[in-house]
Amino acid sequence: MIARTRPAALRAREALGEQYSTLEQQHTASELGMWIFLATELMLFGGLFTAYAVYRTVYSAGFAEGSRHLDLLYGAVNTAILLTSSLTMALAVRAAQLGQQRALMRALAVTAILGLLFLAIKAAEYQKHFAEGMVPGLAWTYQGPLATQIELFFFAYFAMTALHSVHLGVGVVTVAVITVLARHGAFLGERHTPVEMLGLYWHFVDVIWIFLVPLLYLFGPSS
Amino acid sequence: MDGVIPVRVHVVVWLVLLLLAGINLGLSQLRLGGWSGALALLIAALQALLIALFLMHLRWSPAVVRIIAVAALLWLVILIVGTLDDVLTRGWLSAPGR
Amino acid sequence: MSAIAIPRRHRTYLAVDYTIRSWLLTTDHKRIAVLYLVSITLMFLVGGLAATLMRLSLLSPTSALVDSETYNKLFTMHGVVMVWFFLIPSIPSVLGNFIVPLMIGARDLAFPRLNLLSWYIYLVGAIFTLFALVNGGVDTGWTFYTPFSTSASTTNVEAVAAGIFILGFSSILTGMNFIVTIHRLRAPGLTWFRLPLFLWSTYATSVILVLATPVLGIALLLITAERILHVGFFDPALGGDPLLFQNLFWFYSHPAVYIMILPGMGVVSELIATFARKPVFGYTFVAMASVAIAVLGFLVWGHHMFVAGISTHAALMFSALSYLVAIPSAIKVFNWTATLYRGAITLHTPLLYALGFIGLFTIGGLTGLFLASLGLDVQVHDTYFVIAHFHYIMVGGMVMAYMGGLHYWWPKLTGRMYSEMWGRIAAVVIFIGFNLTFFPQYILGYLGMPRRYVVYPPEFQTLHVMSTAGASILAVGYFLPLVYLLLSLRLGKLAGPNPWGATGLEWQTSSPPPKLNFPTVPVVTGPPYDYVGRAAGR
Repeated sequence: MIARTRPAALRAREALGEQYSTLEQQHTASELGMWIFLATELMLFGGLFTAYAVYRTVYSAGFAEGSRHLDLLYGAVNTAILLTSSLTMALAVRAAQLGQQRALMRALAVTAILGLLFLAIKAAEYQKHFAEGMVPGLAWTYQGPLATQIELFFFAYFAMTALHSVHLGVGVVTVAVITVLARHGAFLGERHTPVEMLGLYWHFVDVIWIFLVPLLYLFGPSS
Repeated sequence: MDGVIPVRVHVVVWLVLLLLAGINLGLSQLRLGGWSGALALLIAALQALLIALFLMHLRWSPAVVRIIAVAALLWLVILIVGTLDDVLTRGWLSAPGR
Repeated sequence: MSAIAIPRRHRTYLAVDYTIRSWLLTTDHKRIAVLYLVSITLMFLVGGLAATLMRLSLLSPTSALVDSETYNKLFTMHGVVMVWFFLIPSIPSVLGNFIVPLMIGARDLAFPRLNLLSWYIYLVGAIFTLFALVNGGVDTGWTFYTPFSTSASTTNVEAVAAGIFILGFSSILTGMNFIVTIHRLRAPGLTWFRLPLFLWSTYATSVILVLATPVLGIALLLITAERILHVGFFDPALGGDPLLFQNLFWFYSHPAVYIMILPGMGVVSELIATFARKPVFGYTFVAMASVAIAVLGFLVWGHHMFVAGISTHAALMFSALSYLVAIPSAIKVFNWTATLYRGAITLHTPLLYALGFIGLFTIGGLTGLFLASLGLDVQVHDTYFVIAHFHYIMVGGMVMAYMGGLHYWWPKLTGRMYSEMWGRIAAVVIFIGFNLTFFPQYILGYLGMPRRYVVYPPEFQTLHVMSTAGASILAVGYFLPLVYLLLSLRLGKLAGPNPWGATGLEWQTSSPPPKLNFPTVPVVTGPPYDYVGRAAGR
């Protein structure tokens, strides 16, 4: 069921670093390295998750109310976009492995466009928060019960979604760069590893979003 | 080098992910109260698992890579649990002078 | 010599190319190690300058030199520079970078270009931090506690936070490189339990580097955001908890002290084995102890916060766990001692440093246990007792291990022997100077002298003067190697591949090694430290 391709010995030699004896070794080293990097990213977001966990526990009423001030539609649409971009990214990796240059470029381009779409919708959502005076520190005019707790919620919301968006933005730029390089025939067959590593990063950013949605958007409506 | 995964695996996983997202959204509207948060996170965890196993190829990765993924999660749990333990037990035992 | 053209592939890593470009764009782990060596030495001088000004001021109860505001800036910079720009990179980025591929039988680390990137990131972080130093200093202490750092301090906190945040990436890349290298690039026959203990320590250190550093990163981002936005997670006006910062900060910073000591322990294992000509006693226990320290080290961070306002329940848990983490360290000390017992000991400079390490680390570690006891910590928290404790470990332990390792592998790095006489003199001077500096501080702390104060009750003056006197001797001790090590580059005896007669793959290639480390990839067939086997002719 799973197809295996065999390297062409001559091309293999060109792609191999001096410290490696086989392409397989180099590939698993890259995979290991990227997963370690993703572990560091998880711990980076982890600090924010911790802060969120603490304040949601002690200020659950305020956090629930704050969550109700988010528009679920933005969250839902962005989720669909990002999940789809993970599909196209995975297909890009597959195309690279099979040496399919045009398919690779198409899949990468769609991934980047979906990522940009996500960011555009996020920007529109942020714009709405500004207009409503719900941006802690920059434009906060909300008054009413639980105002300080809601402000804390929104600080968490902005911190987490902004950090996520920055990571997504870096991902989009990298996908764009890889697309351009793919145009010149890079990353095909044995040399597909960078695309696969980028794919791991992209999926990770998606996973973070998948957790942000229930924490930020779904809490309010459900309680 | 990695084996190549068929297109249909990717598409099926994507559809299941969308379905789970929809379920999560739908459940949130039901006002289930207390356990709704945990349920929502559980569904999210399921989505994350699918992405990790099938899109990030963990299902076919060497053991050391899977250990790293688990370790990262475990360390995040340590951070959250340790901090929450402090916050949640602030009123429990009293020491002389407090 | 120059009449005979040496083929390029046989030239040492130093001789392969003399241009500056070849140094600044190198991906050779050995050259990167040298780049780090120069950088951290410069930062050590900066941190040392801050310490000098502090100790000079403390000669008088009303401060002989600087006012309190300036003193706050001095101890902040001393802590920031010494922790992040000297101690954390010292053994991993200098000795680790140089030795790990050699010791493992590889031609380079797994990711040579990321290695070079890590050095440039280090430089950028250092520049940001030095900029803040010149631009008025920072007065929050290296710990950046909120709410002072977020709402009250008027100094350039953002710049230093940025510098440390950037430096964090250097740490992460280094750790990642080592983990992948040790997993994937071991020479044929080099199984996990044949690895020299320096590699076990490096691996454990790298795990901490990778998992802990990002939490520091987010903590620094959050205080920067709060300074800019004037609202944040740690803002009591919003119902925020300043203690949350401390939880995040110490989640990193406690494991960070293990980042700082584990590599030193790894070096000490190598030095003891070589200069007692014996395998390390209880090899498996020492290896597993490294892993245990790395793991348990993540579970004790609350012991820095016993009197800060954490719950009694949490304090009890963290106190008990802190006792637990002392056990693997003790196991190592016992095993090193057992290794020395009936060994064929030669008191070369590296061993003098290793012996100093064992004694001073033990004292520092024991006083750590005192601090882990809740009752005693209430008395001595935020006093000089704590300062003495961690300097015994960081300086008496780690810096001595660094010096020992530097001397031990100096022939391999440079192809030259240093002057053994001056090496021994410096080691003894450092040992004496160190103890005179820091032992009085235990007494000062117990008697109630608080840390981070430049003015103090007059009855503490004698002990402070003793401490400063010791510091001046210590300074001489550090200055000596700077001179004789540099001189050895020109005047030192040429070292052969294995001047110490040690086991280990790094000694089976020339000193200095060729660019690709080994003419042919070595194959390992036996355990490490096989002095017995070698003596029997196997």
